[in-house]
Amino acid sequence: MSSTVDGIVFLALAFATIGGAVMMLATRNVVHAAFWLLEVMLATAGLYMLLSAEFLALVQVLVYAGSVAVLILFTIMLTLRRREDAIRDFEPGWGAGILAVLFGGALLFAVERFSAQMRPGVMPEVVPDVAAFGEKLFTSWAVPFEIASLVLLVALVGAVWWSGGDGQ
Amino acid sequence: MSTLGISALKVLAALGLMLGNGVVMIYMLRKVLGHLHIRLGPIHVGWKGTLQTVMDVLKLLTKEDVTPRAVDRWLFRLAPAVVFVPSLMAYAALPFSDTWRITNLDSGLLYTFTALSLIPIGILMAGWASANKWSLLGGMRAAAQQIAYEVPLLLSVLPIVMLVGSANLGTIVEAQQGTFLAVLPRWFIVNPLFWPTFLIFVVASLVESNQTPFDMSEAESEIVAGFATEYSAMKFGLLFLSEFSNQFIVSALGVTLFFGGWTLPWLPASVVSALGPVIFLIKTYLGIFVMMWIRGTFPRVRIDQVMQLGWQRLIPISLVWIVFSGIVIKVWS
Repeated sequence: MSSTVDGIVFLALAFATIGGAVMMLATRNVVHAAFWLLEVMLATAGLYMLLSAEFLALVQVLVYAGSVAVLILFTIMLTLRRREDAIRDFEPGWGAGILAVLFGGALLFAVERFSAQMRPGVMPEVVPDVAAFGEKLFTSWAVPFEIASLVLLVALVGAVWWSGGDGQ
Repeated sequence: MSTLGISALKVLAALGLMLGNGVVMIYMLRKVLGHLHIRLGPIHVGWKGTLQTVMDVLKLLTKEDVTPRAVDRWLFRLAPAVVFVPSLMAYAALPFSDTWRITNLDSGLLYTFTALSLIPIGILMAGWASANKWSLLGGMRAAAQQIAYEVPLLLSVLPIVMLVGSANLGTIVEAQQGTFLAVLPRWFIVNPLFWPTFLIFVVASLVESNQTPFDMSEAESEIVAGFATEYSAMKFGLLFLSEFSNQFIVSALGVTLFFGGWTLPWLPASVVSALGPVIFLIKTYLGIFVMMWIRGTFPRVRIDQVMQLGWQRLIPISLVWIVFSGIVIKVWS
């Protein structure tokens, strides 16, 4: 595809990502907020697709949009006792404000300080396919991969133990 | 023509297939269910009632579009589209023949599952936006059971990916060409290693496409019509169209994975390559017929039974089966 089309798609996706995040914070309805979060996840997957990271985009949609977002929505709907409870007042609080300012300041400082050292990455001529990605993951990155899966397994077992099960 | 124009045409072709398929499948469902119940189904409009669904579509298009007062307006309008779009997306990776396909994705299998995994979001959205207890119950059931069965569905087909060494649906079909002893086709369904895989796939895909033994999200005997209760006119039409389209997709996926896709070993190669899409569609509709047969035969299960089967049986079984078939494939090759 030509670079103009890429540019337009990028702008649309970037707008969708940031706009969605802003809307998620701005809306007073928790269910709407969850749907905006979902929109942000999908738009992010679109950005990955634009970078030719096909596998990453698919996993992003499958795991984050297809499962995590559904789980969040499910929990929200299950715990709302009445429909009207979905709409919350805007109550910022001092602590949150200070935290936001600190985080923003730190981010700004980091960008100011290190942006000179960071060069934009160069896209390779030929994008490696999924098979090449898998081979890399299971040879040179096998140990980190296994550690990550072990961590997830521990989390899973912990969650089951925590929730009690039948015998406890 | 530019790449963009060709892509637009391909999307339109998928849309046409989806709409046409909807009309055909509604007629088929009525006829098949009718004969299973020992009655005739539609017979009056057109030859053997074939024009009945066309009339029904016209009726849906001209009906009043009612929006109840209490609904969440934006989400209520958005939900049919959110159900419809992933269903349309899923056509992109299906190989209709060795040349007839919309895209040739290396991770086509993963792509199709990804599209399917987005469907409960729209259903949940419709259920919540309707401001109706039955709708919400239907939406929650849909989300709960689809999350539960996504995992075994994905896990169950992994042995096939391990054997073929690719998640490209076209490559998976090509690996099934030829015959054993010049009689039995080399389809994966013939291989005993994939029999448990196939069973899990059938159950999980019936759940994923909301088919009758597992259609608790719209169980009309308990929760009116579930998430679709408050919808009318073409919004309801879209919800239903997506449902039929999902049925087509899982059937097509089953044909691709287990029944050799567009191939037919007993015919010469030139005939097969010319008739590929036709063979594929015939196999897919046979699969749909079996699904309708199941629909007309089995009573609906309870939601807690479905959840229990998914989490406590199918997931462990498919995990064990992956390890076992991994060992078998390693020893064999």
